[in-house]
Amino acid sequence: MYIGRVVGTVVATIKHEAFHARKLLVVDRLDLAGKPAGEPTIEYDICVDMVQAGVGDLVLVIDEGNGARQVLRREVAPVRAVIVGVVDDVDLTG
Amino acid sequence: MQLARVIGTVVATQKYRDLEGIKFLIVQPLTKQQVPIGEPVVAADATAQAGPEELVFIVGSREAAQALPEPFVPVDHAIVGIVDDVELVGGG
Repeated sequence: MYIGRVVGTVVATIKHEAFHARKLLVVDRLDLAGKPAGEPTIEYDICVDMVQAGVGDLVLVIDEGNGARQVLRREVAPVRAVIVGVVDDVDLTG
Repeated sequence: MQLARVIGTVVATQKYRDLEGIKFLIVQPLTKQQVPIGEPVVAADATAQAGPEELVFIVGSREAAQALPEPFVPVDHAIVGIVDDVELVGGG
């Protein structure tokens, strides 16, 4: 899992039925300092939102198929990246 | 899942049995600002409706095969949606 920032939305009318009625958000992956990872070409994922996240939110993303299918409650789904939490706070020691 | 642009088609008459009827397209992965990044890949078109120059989103690895009618096929990238619009906060 990783922590990311929601920076945009994706609209797609024609899509696999596993994505029907799901919100798609663009999420930048962040480093530990909270800055976008991989600059200048920032790493991002188009994510299925399962927690009513919005643009600007700090979120928890799982990028792995088994977990994604579990959250979507489907045995088969071509989905990897799913937003599973809105992060309130990150506290780093040291 | 990432954005990609369809840049070509692949025709393969002889292929693994369960890949029959599946359309293969060459797609160029894009950054979120739709700038090409990395090498183009061959992706199975799970929408069956993507065409040349179209902006799509793709899924990679094992989940790609799950986009297809027969989910146990040798496919590692699939087009799972045709993108109408990407809206980035502050223009990205």
